Amino acid sequence: MTTGTLIGQEVKRVEDQALITGRGQYVDDLRLPGLLHIAIVRSPYGHAKINNIDVSAAANAPGVVAVFTGADLSEQLGSLPAGWLLDEEATGMKAPEHPPLAIEKVRYVGDAVAAVVGSSPAAASDAVALVEVDYEPLDAVTDAEQATADGAPVVHDDAPGNLAFDWAVGAGDYDAAAAEADVVVSERIVNQRLIPNPMEARGIMADYNAGTEQLTIWTSTQIPHLVRLLFALVTGHPEHKVRVIAPDVGGGFGCKLYLYAEEVICGIIAKNLERPVKWIESRTENYVATTHGRDHIADAEICGTSDGIVTGLKVHVYANLGGYLSTFAPAIPTILFGLMLGGCYKFENLSCQVKGVFTNTTPVDAYRGAGRPEATYVVERMMERYAHEIGRDVLGVRRRNFVRPFKRGHDMPIGVTYDSGNYQGALAAALDKFDYQAFRQEQRDARREGRLLGVGFSTYIEICGMAPSAVAGALGAGAGLWESSTVRVHPTGTVTVFTGTSPHGQGHETTLAQITSSRLGVPMQNIEVVHGDTERHQFGTGTFGSRSLAVGGQALMMSLDKVIEKAKKIAAHEMGVDAKQVRFENGTFYVEDIQEREIPWGDVALGAYWAKNLPDGLEPGLEAVSFFDPQNFTWPFGTHIAVIEIDEVTGETKLNRYVAIDDVGNVINPMIVDGMVHGGIAQGVGQALQECAVYSDDGQLLTGSMMDYAVPTAEDFPTFETGRTVTPTTVNALGAKGAGETGTIAASPAVVNAAVDALKHLGVKHLNMPLSPERMWRTIQDAKEERRARRSAAARRGN
Amino acid sequence: MTTGVTDPFAYHAPATVREASQALSRYRGDAKLLAGGHSLIPMMKLRIASPQAIVDLRNIDDLKGISETDDGGLMIGSMTTYHELITSDLVNSKAQAISEAAAQVADTQVRNWGTIGGSLAHADPAGDLPAVAVALDFQIHASSARSDRTISCDRFFRGYLETALRANEVLTGVSCAASGDGSGSAYVKLANKASHYAIVGVAAAISIDAGGMCTAARIGITGAGPHAVRSRRAERILVGKELTSNVIARAAQRGGAELAGLFNDDVHASAEYREAMTKVYTERAIALAMERASG
Repeated sequence: MTTGTLIGQEVKRVEDQALITGRGQYVDDLRLPGLLHIAIVRSPYGHAKINNIDVSAAANAPGVVAVFTGADLSEQLGSLPAGWLLDEEATGMKAPEHPPLAIEKVRYVGDAVAAVVGSSPAAASDAVALVEVDYEPLDAVTDAEQATADGAPVVHDDAPGNLAFDWAVGAGDYDAAAAEADVVVSERIVNQRLIPNPMEARGIMADYNAGTEQLTIWTSTQIPHLVRLLFALVTGHPEHKVRVIAPDVGGGFGCKLYLYAEEVICGIIAKNLERPVKWIESRTENYVATTHGRDHIADAEICGTSDGIVTGLKVHVYANLGGYLSTFAPAIPTILFGLMLGGCYKFENLSCQVKGVFTNTTPVDAYRGAGRPEATYVVERMMERYAHEIGRDVLGVRRRNFVRPFKRGHDMPIGVTYDSGNYQGALAAALDKFDYQAFRQEQRDARREGRLLGVGFSTYIEICGMAPSAVAGALGAGAGLWESSTVRVHPTGTVTVFTGTSPHGQGHETTLAQITSSRLGVPMQNIEVVHGDTERHQFGTGTFGSRSLAVGGQALMMSLDKVIEKAKKIAAHEMGVDAKQVRFENGTFYVEDIQEREIPWGDVALGAYWAKNLPDGLEPGLEAVSFFDPQNFTWPFGTHIAVIEIDEVTGETKLNRYVAIDDVGNVINPMIVDGMVHGGIAQGVGQALQECAVYSDDGQLLTGSMMDYAVPTAEDFPTFETGRTVTPTTVNALGAKGAGETGTIAASPAVVNAAVDALKHLGVKHLNMPLSPERMWRTIQDAKEERRARRSAAARRGN
Repeated sequence: MTTGVTDPFAYHAPATVREASQALSRYRGDAKLLAGGHSLIPMMKLRIASPQAIVDLRNIDDLKGISETDDGGLMIGSMTTYHELITSDLVNSKAQAISEAAAQVADTQVRNWGTIGGSLAHADPAGDLPAVAVALDFQIHASSARSDRTISCDRFFRGYLETALRANEVLTGVSCAASGDGSGSAYVKLANKASHYAIVGVAAAISIDAGGMCTAARIGITGAGPHAVRSRRAERILVGKELTSNVIARAAQRGGAELAGLFNDDVHASAEYREAMTKVYTERAIALAMERASG
């Protein structure tokens, strides 16, 4: 595959020197002469009618340049679009208007109502309180199931029953399977709402040149090209006159994957005032104005034989979408959830129904894993629930139901084809690190000492490498999901790589340079990777769904191949041989068995531009552009094992050990993959143990700051024991499946399974997340109470 | 919805306590003293607090430092940071619960800035130091431009964010007796995972005589109710007895009995859970303090 040696090496990240020495450039580091500052007036109500907005006091406040309401901008701003719409006929899909500034009604706390422009951040912020909005509070609803009940407050008049869609997918005949099954087990499984919390909140700067009509928008985003496209659609400002730049982006985890109201507001205000403007999101705003994740209520049912063969799974979900449809919201709880429910198992009967529901809460969209953690949680939780029910070991049951190892495609009943898999192999590798029998002994000994230990497993699978465009389009995507690259070789032989992926911390500059270096034999320091600027790079899709290497990396490989092919022609011409005879290795062109005939890379690069001795008909220059549209998704998998200890008296739950074996196919930089796995596990364990967004019934976010929302930190974790098996994908030539989301997808069921295992002897069958001390304490108290009651009833019967 | 920008305010950084007190008087209660700032500044950024003026105490040398008093006790200046408490040999040897509590405050950044005086004067219902103040019988020194006085910790915490300090008074420092042979102190807490504030925190100071009898006991509880409280009912069960595990467990059952009906109930923990955990942590604090007293 490669001529060089850097593939698979732990190359230090080239990004880090600048970032850790404070030389990064985030949006808030950018300055322009004459810059104005925007502060947003936001709804304090979950649901209210806007009777009137009086901006006069704010407009006259010191340092205030202008105040804009939704009505002021309604001619220039259309509705924010949902970029993924499910089939209307099959699902009743509703996509209500989403004005960037609310006009008639506010639908969640944080909904933008007006924009104040000031000469300083303080002047704009001070005037926010002076904008007098006459709200008429309405009854609110925050729970997705309650929102579908008769008489629930209606969030959008054109979405009766608050239903955005009612989507179904299935395979086989679940009802028949359940009717024939020895055992049917059901459980209500809640996947609580999470707040993404990137280190850098959002930020936008916009500048308009009235002479050229060019609008430049710097924004902390994962998708600069899609922001430009959607911005043009919403504002009517021509796409070719909009430049979107994502400078350094401090994390996203999916929450910077959309066109946000503030992006069009800032752009249009810059245009109206002909002055540059900046908006920097405060952390408090970020908690309500940036999308949330998860928030599923699932009723799950699993059926099978009494000796451990699972025959079917049924899942009915209420998916909370919040007050409006965010850009990709309809895809997350449907395609990325329902198509995952087969897990790595053989059962053939599946029934899934998902109601997407509007509520008076912050919009919900992708959060690291996006649909797949929710699905994996249901599948892996129900597998252990079923194993407990039939009194069999959780690993034995899994092994019995695993799909057998395959290298070139396995058709799943649900209609998708997994690329390659070896689920037994990953489990075996995990058990090499974790002595299961010894743990069971330790668990028994500990219980005698009054210590509660538990082990939980997650033999997960995920859908990554977003995405084959035709498949995605048929499922509702409003954009192609291919990726593009340009490789530009300069006359001195140095190289600039342009990629349409747009990293926000994952290390693409390093990984893509490693690939380029290995293919061209050019040292890392002679390669520049450029991303995140619509003016420098042709259309690209962005970064999400563990796609940057599996799709973007392959687009790069294609351009590298084209460049090498052309370079070989130039070298062959120079050496007077046929291009087919030319070999290229470690930056040298040579002809096999003819030692003296070899030309270094730099000479060919120079020759391509000097153009004094090119083959007939060959254009000068050395540059290639490629677009890669994958034929399938990729399907990473693995086994994660969590060991937890519960303080029986207080309910405090601690993660003692965590073993993770991931199979992400071929790995370019193991250190970067490990970093992503570690971060993902932290987020997944964070969900299991402590993170939870809580709303009051009237729509106030009760966990609206880091003082109340428990983002995990390093002190909450043991050292993760990570490892890999390697089952390359056939979807791309790199054999890489994607590694950005494994941890979040795998971790939460492993931890909850461990907690249930620790309390199984008390009769506990399921626990909802997060496993807060109080929840665990209450569970233990209730279980003991129930046991006492049972014993005394038995004793009475005995008398 | 706040944008993270405070309301405008005037800033003063006087060099003496007298000037600081005069500044407080001048603004008639609409000025706030700034110590470490880790409670005040977030409140100002959220515009929950919008004082006309900030009186920064950083330049007042009299408020700094840890020293031994003539009778062998501890004197701690109000501007002493948590970090200084944690790393002070004097504090560790004479009043272990202080450094133990300081070490459990928030995170490193906060411990580098936050001060003992700020913690006590702010009187956050879930602050760690107030429980220790109660258990170690802190004498709290306060000065205005005209007079100085000393307030017993038993009369200091009055309500939610409310203390016995007058509007023009500066908390200058605290003093307490040293724990000698046969005495020990401890602070244990169930921390809120988000803020690291105490859902329940309990400090205990125990003295035992050569025969193993408990001669004195003080227990301070934080996090559980509207302000830090002393649990006299638990103390009474301990004093005059040998501290067997049975006795400790009985005392713990009375831990926080003073808060009946007053337990905090919020998104982090119910009143029922706080009440139960107050007992559990009272037991753990007493046991640890006694172990140290015996050691």
